[in-house]
Amino acid sequence: MTAAITVRDVRKSYGDLRAVDGVTFEVGHGEFFGILGPNGAGKTTTLEIMEGLREPDGGEVTVLGLRPWPRNSALLPRIGVQLQATSFFERLTAREQLRTFADLYGLPPQRTDEMLEVVGLTSAAATRTEKLSGGQAQRLSIACALVHRPDMLFLDEPTGALDPQARRNLWDLLRAIAAEGHTVVLTTHHMDEAETLCQRVAIMDHGKILQIGAPAALVRDLAHPVRISVVSGTLAQDEARAIANGAQVADDGVSLTITTTEPAPILARLAERDALAGLQVTGASLEDVFLQLTGREYRA
Amino acid sequence: MTADGAPRPATRRANWQGFRSLSRAMFLGFVRDRAALFFTILFPVLFLLLFGSIYKSSSTPKVTVVEIGKVSVLDQARAASNGQLNKVLDITRRASLATALNDVRQGNVDAAVQQQGGRLIVHYSVANPTTAGVVTSVFSGIVQEANQAASPRPPAFQLSTQQVEDKSLKPIQYLTPGLLGWAIASSGAFAAAITLVGWRKNKLLRRLRLAPVSTTSIVTARIAVSVAVAVVETFVFIAIATTPYFGLKLTAYWWMAIPVVICGTLAFLSIGLLVGALAKSQEAATALVNLIILPMAFLGGAFIPLAFAPQWIVHVSYVMPLRYLVIGMQNVMARGDGPASALPAMGLLLAFAAVLTLIAVRVFRWDEI
Repeated sequence: MTAAITVRDVRKSYGDLRAVDGVTFEVGHGEFFGILGPNGAGKTTTLEIMEGLREPDGGEVTVLGLRPWPRNSALLPRIGVQLQATSFFERLTAREQLRTFADLYGLPPQRTDEMLEVVGLTSAAATRTEKLSGGQAQRLSIACALVHRPDMLFLDEPTGALDPQARRNLWDLLRAIAAEGHTVVLTTHHMDEAETLCQRVAIMDHGKILQIGAPAALVRDLAHPVRISVVSGTLAQDEARAIANGAQVADDGVSLTITTTEPAPILARLAERDALAGLQVTGASLEDVFLQLTGREYRA
Repeated sequence: MTADGAPRPATRRANWQGFRSLSRAMFLGFVRDRAALFFTILFPVLFLLLFGSIYKSSSTPKVTVVEIGKVSVLDQARAASNGQLNKVLDITRRASLATALNDVRQGNVDAAVQQQGGRLIVHYSVANPTTAGVVTSVFSGIVQEANQAASPRPPAFQLSTQQVEDKSLKPIQYLTPGLLGWAIASSGAFAAAITLVGWRKNKLLRRLRLAPVSTTSIVTARIAVSVAVAVVETFVFIAIATTPYFGLKLTAYWWMAIPVVICGTLAFLSIGLLVGALAKSQEAATALVNLIILPMAFLGGAFIPLAFAPQWIVHVSYVMPLRYLVIGMQNVMARGDGPASALPAMGLLLAFAAVLTLIAVRVFRWDEI
């Protein structure tokens, strides 16, 4: 199977700033791919080069086997792009907005109502876009990106300014879209978003990709210690130390915590003693991966 | 691509779809924008009202006269003149000679008149030689006519007057094309500049660039909406100016003003296009358009008719595209010239539009940075 997107040694500088500094990766058909990194890492520039909005200074990009730069009218109908800002025509309602885009791609007006339903905006169809909530506006812009049934969807920080509830709603929508077989490429600076949505993520910083892989695999490869905690007093400290087999044990009066890189035998022994009251197992997250890769805390 | 290099039907259809949907979106956006509607339609009409009434009152200043007591010679003359005298004189009565003379001294009235038996005494000031001349000749005329009527002999000489159809125009005939030209110039320039900057700011331009829509579709949609608005503006303006209150008399080939309006819209859209390509914010675009259009309204014959303007303004006006829009419309709708008289103006406007559009395309940016 050929890749849906190939990016090979792509570079882009703005003056002295190397926004994208030799980036290489592939995205498979039907994959949900994330580019994760703090602001200014070069995510958006990388995405814009794939979309064909910017010309790379060097390197090679193909999307669905075609070159996105210069503006490739054979590719345009096959990709859907949601931009960072919500870009709408002034003073149009949600339905008119979507209808304008449907029309640009030569689609019948019925497609508009279909799409409004997909993104759950049927009841807001007659609302002017200026009056939509942040979450509704974001859904509408995704609808505008999907109206022509593209094979590939590019999303640039789709949940950027949303409240937690709206974010979760949008995640459900994005999962549903991905389940229909669209290839989705998304940039985000939210670790949790990348972890829950993406099949694979590329972690970016200072214009370079630090690591690529499935979020779970990246965390696992970290061999980061796992924290197992139970309610304090469930187990005597001495007994806990015996179970821990050399791992660090601490009791702060609320929880008894064992920090270990091999949690399985310890959990088994805890279970044998029926000492699982209030059990919590906390593993590493992508944040720890980022810390490990860059030597500094993640700052979104 | 077909062999002869013509665009494929699919491309042509896509262009048409792009044109249609974008012009609909722009049109809806325009009619729902109350501020834009006010400034394009109502604001120029308010100017017409303002300028119209200023020029109206200043065009024929009457001579104001105070009648002290009963002046039978004057009253008879007025009755005999069938209202002709009332067009020249504005007569009021005053009881006392002292207050009447004071009024003349203060310049509140031009003359005070009293009758003592067979003597008509006219008090006037020479502060304004023209009115002084009018006052003396009007009253000597009245007295001679009265003598004539009292004498049994028929008059040896008789005056017969004949009105000449003159080529000089009433102020409304200048004002309508002038203000309409200004209205079309500013709405065209604003529309193009604001759309361009606004769409670049909210990234709609980038979004459109990622849709299969050509730059031609975007530009032609903007042109179509602006031309439609300008034509509607023209009809509304003419409808108001031809009401009896304003009294615009349209001449035979007034409809030739429509193609002139279209050419003018193109010229000023191109100014807006250039401003929109250069300006970074809508505020900057608004300021820049004002900076270009407002002086041009004064120097290009829109606010100050060139016939009344100082010579230096007339010289400067030759480089103002607004001059050609105004003159072109004036020739066909107010002066009664033939349709061909508008052609040079139209040609110049189109050439101007072409040059500016070429420059605008060179400095055009799809997005910021």
